[in-house]
Order: sequence, then C-alpha cells, then structure tokens
Amino acid sequence: MKILVCISNVPDTTTKITFTNDNTQFNTSGVSFIVNPYDEIALSRAIELCAGDKGTVTVINVGESVTEPTIRKALAIGADDAVRINAEPRDAYFTAYQIAEYAKTTDYDMILCGRESIDYNGSQVAAMVGEFLDIPSISIIKKLDYDGTTATIEREIEGGKEVVSVSGKFIASCAEGTAVATIPNMRGIMSARSKPLQVVEAKEIAQISKVQQFDTPPPRGAVKLVPADETEKLIGLLHSEAKVI
Amino acid sequence: MSVLVYVEQVDGKFKKSVFEAVSYAKAIADIQGSSLTAISIGNVGEAELKELGKYGASKVLNVSNDQLKNFVNQAYASVIAEAAKKENAAVVVLSNSFSGKGLAPRVAVKLEAGLVDGAVELPKLDGGQFLVKKTAFSGKAFAITELTSAIKVIALNPNAFGVKESAVEATVEAFSPEIKATDFTAIVKEIVRATNKVSLPDAELVVSAGRGLKGPENWGMIEELANLLGAATACSKPVSDADWRPHSEHVGQTGIAISPNLYIAIGISGAIQHLAGVSSSKVIVVINIDPEAPFFKVADYGIVGDAFVVVPKLIEALKAHKG
Repeated sequence: MKILVCISNVPDTTTKITFTNDNTQFNTSGVSFIVNPYDEIALSRAIELCAGDKGTVTVINVGESVTEPTIRKALAIGADDAVRINAEPRDAYFTAYQIAEYAKTTDYDMILCGRESIDYNGSQVAAMVGEFLDIPSISIIKKLDYDGTTATIEREIEGGKEVVSVSGKFIASCAEGTAVATIPNMRGIMSARSKPLQVVEAKEIAQISKVQQFDTPPPRGAVKLVPADETEKLIGLLHSEAKVI
Repeated sequence: MSVLVYVEQVDGKFKKSVFEAVSYAKAIADIQGSSLTAISIGNVGEAELKELGKYGASKVLNVSNDQLKNFVNQAYASVIAEAAKKENAAVVVLSNSFSGKGLAPRVAVKLEAGLVDGAVELPKLDGGQFLVKKTAFSGKAFAITELTSAIKVIALNPNAFGVKESAVEATVEAFSPEIKATDFTAIVKEIVRATNKVSLPDAELVVSAGRGLKGPENWGMIEELANLLGAATACSKPVSDADWRPHSEHVGQTGIAISPNLYIAIGISGAIQHLAGVSSSKVIVVINIDPEAPFFKVADYGIVGDAFVVVPKLIEALKAHKG
C-alpha cells in the first residue's frame, strides 16, 4: 500500500498575526512554522495504516526551500520519503493542481490531508485534487479503516455522521478523531535527516485568485462584569441590551 | 447571466443556513442586475421549494432522483456545475457547511472558477475587481481575495450574512442532468443524525465548557443550560483530548471555528488557540473562577465565580425569565 499525505507549512498556533507592506503581506518575522495540525492527524493515520510493513507513506508539500524543516519534521514523525513541489503556493487551486499532477506520475492507493489549513482556513485542496484526478473526495472525515481494497470512512455531517465505503483510489481530508497526532522521537528525528526528499518543479496553471489585502477584526470593548450572585442581571442584559436571547 | 445558489436539503427540508445562502446570493444578483436561480438535489416537496422565493430565488431547478437521494460529493458537484452552465451563471453560491466544503472546490475546478470559502461579506466590485472578504488565521484576521476567473464560486460562512426576505414568485422547474456511473464510486452506507441536537457550525447560540468542569460527569448542567437556550454545546481542546466530550464539539483554532450570536464560555481560560476559533462570535459571555483568565479580555459580559455555583443559578434565572 502506498499513501500520499499532503502537508502544509503554517505559522505556529500561538503566533500573533500581523501584516506588512500596507497589510498586503503576512509578517513572517519571528514566526516559527509547523506542519499544519490537521495534516499531522492525516499523517499519523497514514503511518498507523502502514505499520508492520503494510506500506509506505510519502509526504508532499508545495513550497519553496524554506518549507524543508517542516517536511523533515513530517519525516521525523514517520513518513518514509518526501516530495517538495518547488513553488510558492499562491492559492488552493494552484496547490491542488500541483499535487494532482504529481499523483498522476506515481502509484498510490489513497491520498490524505487535513480538513483545512490553519492559515487561510481553506478546506479546498482535498476536493480539488479529487476533481483534478477524477477520484472520490471525502471531506472532514473522523475515522478511516482500510482492508487493502476498500476504505470505510466516517465523515462529519450537520448534526451527525455518515459512513461511506469507497473502493479504488480516493482522497480524504482528516479531522480530529481520525488519529492522535504522533510526536516524533529521537530515533525519528535522527533518521529524518537521511530520508529521501525529492524536489520537483511546478507546472504552469492560470492564476484565478489572489489575496489583495489583509484585515484584522476590530478590538472588542471592555468586559461588563456581573456579580456571581446576580445571574438574573446577566440574563436581563443578554435579553434587553445584547438582544441575543 | 445569473447567480446560482445550491440549496442543501436534510430529509427534504431546508435549514436556516440555506435561506441565508439564498439571501446572500440574491444580494449578489441585485448588485449585478441579474436573476437568482436555486438548484435543489434530492427529494424535496414543491411547497418547500417554493419557500425559496421568499428570499429572492425566482427559479428553482429541482433534481429529484433516487440515485441522488444521499449526498455524493462527485455526483452533486457534476449536477451543480451542469446547472451553472445551463443558467449561464457568473457566480455560484454555496453554504460553507460540511457538505459545502466538499462540494465547492469540485464545482470550482469543473467550472475553472476561482473559489472563496469562508466568505463573511458581500463581494465588493471595485474598479472591475471582484473582491471577497473571508476569514483567515482562524478568525485572527480576514483575507480580502480577488477572483479573476469568468465564473466565481463563493462558500458563505454560517451566520455571516443573516436571513433577509426579498419575496418573489419562485417557479419550480424539473432538471434532469446527465448522471455518470463513475460519479458514484463512494457509497453512503449509513447516516446517523442526532435529530434533537442543534448543529454546532450553524448554531446561533453556543454553550461551551472547559477543564474547569473537572470531569465529564459534570456536563449535565451545561446541557441543561444549552437546552433551555436552544443552544448547541461545545468544548475546549483539552476536554475533547481527554475524551470528556466528542471531537465534533471541539471549537478553536484546531477545532471548528464558529461565529454564533452568543457564545457562553464556562470554565475555559481562553488560550490563544481557543480564542482564535470563537472570537468572531457577536456576543461573548465568560464564566470563570479566575479573574485573570485571558478570556475576560475579549468578553462582552463576565461573571467571576465558580461554575458549579454560577451555572445552576443561571439556569434558575433563565427559567424565571422564560416564565
């Protein structure tokens, strides 16, 4: 079995988000980058499925050379090898196209990724790759079992869950519950340095979306404190002042 | 030229988020001086379909087909893309729901269209540019994104626009798109829906609790408060990590990002990752024993006190308020 896991290079979750150049660029100064936390879940499930010599896990990232420390972290977690498509990922359409083009050149059983990236919060890549490759895409999954030919997948739906069965190649985007993210151990960290990392040049595709500017939410006003023994006052405020109940 | 909106049905009914998407799509149609068509897939009755007219859909394409009874991403995307071509749609609108998140990207690729998901405002047409504001960095920022493709796809965040009535007479038209067998490789085996629970991403009111509750056995009062309010329940990451509550209730940067009208956080200190996913809530109430909890800095209303004392009192006060 061969599993391809798409990973995104994102700012650490504790990052204070600021922008430069008249709010047109994300300020990367002093920011540490990590494997997108949802992609880590996907990677961990892929490693679990391949455990005991049942298969291999390849991670794929669309990014310039600055993303290599993040790719090495994925290798330290347990991926067998890595591919970096050498380009700045300008939008999900571009990223998905590059991943699909690479996937066409390799033999894999399934592609996994996270449910969304924590920077642009797009949940587009998985379904776009699915469409570029004309294979099923199952979004926001919570459970994935595989018997060698058929995958049984639980996905989240409004107010419940759905069980989906899929045979043949597919792509799924993983949410919490699919696996517990694995923390790399010292052996993993040491071996990651020597694992293969292939660099592939990107293919051209028309650009159809572009972030023109960033904005931050306005600061909230000061909190209005209500004494703990006057809960009826809070209900009154929520009803007559905030008008939310 | 027109605007097309996909109206997602659950057991033959439309939810509030659908009327919100239709209201939003109608506002885009008005900006562009075009008409609004809705596309419904699955078995929905004529009266329910006509209801869409109340929010501005003048035409409803109805795909009633047993093969499409259950949501299948590939097949639904093919139907929506075909409808968009038939209607010469310049803009396609979907809800940024669990299904919408899987559908919108496939529709966009089929139509070679730029996609903005997580949209929070109407597009701005600025000197020939088509700009859409969307959430980014888990609510810590917004990204104003330009779409330059001929057709544009927008997935609207729940509770971002609101439901706005704009009554027109809706005509319902049967639509029989081409259905490919290869679009059905993924087969739905089972659907389990908790019918009495409010869906978290759509919820207007959310009651959430954290480690301050000390254990899963203490969630009864949280559920009681949520039930009284008609709210959804949520939790912080440490709570779902400890299996006190399901992962589907985890809100925050690595959970579900929500923007309800009211978010009540009980026993949650307000780590930066949690705040990121909930800070776009319209009104935030924080109940915490620690007056220095960072959550108070972003709250609108707060009570410094022990959840085990305050929440039962709040329940009593709410019962008295409801009469």
